[in-house]
Amino acid sequence: MVVHKIGAWFGRFFSKLFLRKKKVRLGFYGPVNAGKSTLANKICKDWIGEEMSVVSKIPHETREIKVKEMVRIKSGGKELDFNLVDTPGIATKIDYQDFMKYKLSEKQAKERAKEATKGVIEAIKWLENVDCVLVILDATANPYDQVNITIIGNLAARNIPVLIVANKTDLKKSSIKRIESAFPQYKVIGLSARKGTNMKKFYKELFNLVR
Amino acid sequence: MLTLQFIPYSEIGSLDSEQKINKLLRLAKEDKIVVVEGKLKAEEEAKLIQKTMEQINSKFKGLEICDVNSDAIGEGIMNKLRNGIARLLIGERMGMTIIGPASVIKEIKKDPNKIRLFTKDVKKRRGRGKIKGGN
Repeated sequence: MVVHKIGAWFGRFFSKLFLRKKKVRLGFYGPVNAGKSTLANKICKDWIGEEMSVVSKIPHETREIKVKEMVRIKSGGKELDFNLVDTPGIATKIDYQDFMKYKLSEKQAKERAKEATKGVIEAIKWLENVDCVLVILDATANPYDQVNITIIGNLAARNIPVLIVANKTDLKKSSIKRIESAFPQYKVIGLSARKGTNMKKFYKELFNLVR
Repeated sequence: MLTLQFIPYSEIGSLDSEQKINKLLRLAKEDKIVVVEGKLKAEEEAKLIQKTMEQINSKFKGLEICDVNSDAIGEGIMNKLRNGIARLLIGERMGMTIIGPASVIKEIKKDPNKIRLFTKDVKKRRGRGKIKGGN
């Protein structure tokens, strides 16, 4: 355990030393429909002028890992190159009948459910391949959901730096404070990826995360 | 009828992660709500989710999981130290974990002060397998 932690510290030290030369693999993790792809798209749109993922109201729209390489972000007079890794939402249950509520045929719904299960497995595997992570949570939902705790617990166990994004702050029921009190040891930044609010502060916190 | 099964730490403490996960998943697939003494490690929870996803089909829809932490997030350093020592001495038996099939448990709502477990309407579950259900 101690050896592992010392190893991780040296890893972080050297990655910081060479940070300007390497690309930071930034993972987008979170539960289903929290707005991971919407935020990834907003970042891509801001810096390379194009989107990277399809978004939809139907849960599990992102069912494969999507990587956008070489996204150069500038903040506070500095710039960094990121590889953005948009992951499928993590869930503990997937019911094909839920998709049929969105007017998908039974066959389409079953296919979507099958792909979604594979997506969750892949998302968890990819925890090994990211340098730092944005955990995107829906600020209108209960932050104490076990999926959130499992994701953050796994990132902590791997010593991966985390910034929690409280998304959907444009909605009435949203509460950043609720997320802050659930995860007091983490920095939480509130924003609306859909409306693009508070992005400047978000980029500042992102640079603090990888520093 | 709902079946609630309590698993004391002594029953799973000696199992490795793989065995522990397999046991819990098997019980959940038997439509049992399992209350485990102690918490799973974060990596075990992730592995449990992966295994669950591998086994999802038209009958088995997955799990609802919730753990109750006795050394709650955000406590002071002294409490964390005390809990760390206790963990070394007695193992990961602090807190508890609730696991059940998504076909039985509609939702587990957790906040810092309480946990509420909502089950699905059994008649509807056994009938046409509709998702709607009462609490």
